[in-house]
Amino acid sequence: MSLAPARGGAAFEIPFRSELAALVAVGLLGLLGYIVFPDDLAFLTRLISITLLVLSLDLATGYCGVATLGQAALFGFAAYAAGNACIAGLANPFLLIVVGMLAGTAAGILSGLLVARFRGLQQLVLSIAFGQLVAALANKLTSWTGGSDGLSGIAPAPVFGRYDFDLYGHTAYWLSVGALAIVMAALAAFVRSPFALACQAIRDDDLRAQMIGMAVYPRLVAMYAVSGAVAGVGGALSAITTGVVGLDSVSFERSAEALVMLVLGGAGHLWGALMGAILFQVFEHYVTTSNPYSWLAIVGLLLIAIVIFAPGGLARGLDLALGRWTRRRA
Amino acid sequence: MLTILSLIIDAVSYGMALFIISIGLSIMMGLMRVVNLAHGAFAMIGGYLASYALVSLGAPFLVAVLIAVVGTIVISIPFELLLYRRIYRKSDSLTQLLLTIGITFLIIGVMNFVFGPTVKPIPLPPWLSGPVSIGFRMVPAHRIFVVLCGALTALALWLLFDRTDFGVRLRAAVDDSDMAESLGIRTDVLYLLAFALAVGLAAFGGVVGAELLPIEPYYALRYMVIFLVVVSVGGAGSIAGALLASFLLGLADTAGKYFMPEYGDFLFYAAVIAIVFLFPNGLLGRRAA
Repeated sequence: MSLAPARGGAAFEIPFRSELAALVAVGLLGLLGYIVFPDDLAFLTRLISITLLVLSLDLATGYCGVATLGQAALFGFAAYAAGNACIAGLANPFLLIVVGMLAGTAAGILSGLLVARFRGLQQLVLSIAFGQLVAALANKLTSWTGGSDGLSGIAPAPVFGRYDFDLYGHTAYWLSVGALAIVMAALAAFVRSPFALACQAIRDDDLRAQMIGMAVYPRLVAMYAVSGAVAGVGGALSAITTGVVGLDSVSFERSAEALVMLVLGGAGHLWGALMGAILFQVFEHYVTTSNPYSWLAIVGLLLIAIVIFAPGGLARGLDLALGRWTRRRA
Repeated sequence: MLTILSLIIDAVSYGMALFIISIGLSIMMGLMRVVNLAHGAFAMIGGYLASYALVSLGAPFLVAVLIAVVGTIVISIPFELLLYRRIYRKSDSLTQLLLTIGITFLIIGVMNFVFGPTVKPIPLPPWLSGPVSIGFRMVPAHRIFVVLCGALTALALWLLFDRTDFGVRLRAAVDDSDMAESLGIRTDVLYLLAFALAVGLAAFGGVVGAELLPIEPYYALRYMVIFLVVVSVGGAGSIAGALLASFLLGLADTAGKYFMPEYGDFLFYAAVIAIVFLFPNGLLGRRAA
């Protein structure tokens, strides 16, 4: 898979190269997961929905430089919205994903309006406060969320009217792989758009971006809307494929873990976010102990190690290594 | 009327507990420009140490407080030398956030591994557990103790910053660290001392305020945002601002719990968002870089 962003100026270029690469790579990864963990499809399905959350965080943090600890609110809000829509009678899984996307977009705009307004300490406080506000609401509005018992009884109709959500989780898995592949392909095109490039300019120097006439705040809010849509797809998928939505989907820990996965892979890099999310969760799957506190200590050490030894994450390290390798061959 | 009185007493003592813990964070933010998410984790270390000293060693209360403060400072010094030093003043906020939340997770994990993941009781001595008459009303002695501790802390810090040589150097470094350094002020030593002071205050506040902010396994995460909000509302490095912000937030939180216990959390965070939007530079903060 191609780690470096597509660069122009080549003599011959395949049209839609990076979009196709994203589709094929995610499809192959899906196949690989299917072969390696045939009995753990539920785990992989969950992994994919969290991966979408990490991708959405990458848009806000990696591409815009917004330091946020409240991203799970968007994911959880969309999950509750999709779950309730399903219980209310909307059974088509594709429509449920659309519902999640719309709910995520709405939550993203609201969150963006709050979080993107300031920088530094204020931004951090607002992002945590927004996340905790949504978590407090989810805990109290029991008729809508089921409170601490969780929202259960979500039973979507078969995909295409044929493939039922069975006990083995085949349908849920391939639906998730398909959604992830489409989102990755769409994002691969999106991050090269003038809009996303402008967001990166804001990330690198917001003052200068302002000086050349860029409307910083509206742009960040718009990016948050896209980020919310991606998180919404993830939230809807988690509601559809597991059949329940718990309070953990809006929790602070979920936001923080998503951030750890992102910086492990490399913020500001789609493939980095994907790699970080997969590696972290597979690692977690194997290391999970009966004591959640030793896991927390491991995550803490990992985070400290990344910041000190690999500030760009794995993606940057690989990029450098690949660059060195190609230079030596040339 | 009685409700209003006890609400005010609860709010003031809660605010004082918040102040003692948060003022250390405010000092770090004003001087070293570090958004230290692990501040609550250091308060938690203090609480765990005090609980251990009181329950398992049977130490007297004041000795336990001393053990907690000194122990926490000793534990935290390696963090300063190895980690915090890298992120003073220069780093971007994402790096600071990642490093300090990593430290928070590490401390939570290790503390609960060592001391067991339960709520840690801080039993009060007899002279603090009874009610005390303040003329027209009985008030829990502990509340008065917290308020006194907070007032003394504020006074001591004001004297330290305003009247001592250390304070002069500290304020010089806050205003212009490069100039202070070229005038012969050892800023790295200054930072280390300020860090120890901040961590010590966190531990002190954690123990003294344990009745109001119970010491439990996720203490560091649960109250993290509250401490940050005190600093963001009060303005970094301002004692008066931190005091005012602590009282305001103590009042908002206590009033929410009194009148709308169902939606207390919700109201609190809504108030936080409103205050940060209205006063982005803090109520009394001065705008430094």
